[in-house]
Amino acid sequence: MRHVAHLQIGPAGFRIGSDWRAPIAALEELYRDYPKPEIPDFNVHLFAARPWRRFLRPAIHIGGDFTIPDAAPLPLAQGLLAAEMGMNLQMALAQRRYLLLHASAVERNGKAVLMTGISGAGKSTLAALLMARGWRLMGDEFVLIDPATGLAHAFPRLISLKNQAIAVARAALPEGRFGPLLPGTPKGDIRHLVPDVRAIEKMAEPAEPALLLFPRFGFEAAERPVPPSEAFVRLTQASTNYVHLAERGFDALTRLVRSVPARAIDYPDTDSGIALVEVLSEAAL
Amino acid sequence: MTRYRAAPPETLRIVPLDALTLIYHRASGITHVVDAPVPEMLEALGDDDLSVDQLLARLTERYDLLDADPLALAIRLDELVQAGLVERL
Repeated sequence: MRHVAHLQIGPAGFRIGSDWRAPIAALEELYRDYPKPEIPDFNVHLFAARPWRRFLRPAIHIGGDFTIPDAAPLPLAQGLLAAEMGMNLQMALAQRRYLLLHASAVERNGKAVLMTGISGAGKSTLAALLMARGWRLMGDEFVLIDPATGLAHAFPRLISLKNQAIAVARAALPEGRFGPLLPGTPKGDIRHLVPDVRAIEKMAEPAEPALLLFPRFGFEAAERPVPPSEAFVRLTQASTNYVHLAERGFDALTRLVRSVPARAIDYPDTDSGIALVEVLSEAAL
Repeated sequence: MTRYRAAPPETLRIVPLDALTLIYHRASGITHVVDAPVPEMLEALGDDDLSVDQLLARLTERYDLLDADPLALAIRLDELVQAGLVERL
């Protein structure tokens, strides 16, 4: 490929190749403080389906070690999103070392709060705002559980903020480094936020899971304990590689739900969501 | 008389959680989330080969069964055979 970037994010090293300069330039700018892997674990390719589509209505197809056939391409203006989606795709399909949970996570005193939920539940927004309040961001998309130790490993890629969350995060982090606004993506408007210096410096430090939260945005404030069996089922649904890890995945997940308290929280707005997370964390950490 | 036997213990990982129990079936790699009476049935079968009536007698002895129905138990056993958690001899 003509243009290449190398990135180390937590325990995962990426080599991202692109037919176009722009997505690589955006990555190099936003990930400029990240280390580079000696040997990448995952390959991402951003390519034109036909040579002339590099220039004529350029459309980015996402591939790499694994590809989803027939996935709709993205316009070149959303090249940064394509690169991020490409990295997520390779992690989701190719990660075998760690149990991968679709969750955001923050850390304090070596203890991690894991937040998982469907798209729109507020994982990224809560993680960004908790980072603004002094927590160490471990990741807004994936948490990696080591089956050997039960520890959570960070994957602090760019925080993907959508729609109203963009203004909320801008207000909370006036000094934050933000990527370009990407309007009209399949998930609405997207703007990326660079994790702060501490999140990047400490990305190789794992943390002990101490609280599991299942947030839901847009509901009356409420919370309830989640029994281990329900947490187990919800986390198997939130994991892209539980089945592939076989018994190691079973061990990692049973250990997690038996040792870590879990709560479902509903919140009507981000302020009350943050307050709820911090109160529950006080008790658990 | 059809007899049943639990899958060899080394092929199953049984983890009781709360009301529900997890069973990881090593042969298929499938995780089963089961409610009573499945864990009780596997335990009652133990290492023995039992008929439906023998298993029902053993369960009645150990637990307060509200409806000791051999047909319902046979249907449940067949489901477990399908899942590979019980062998039909």
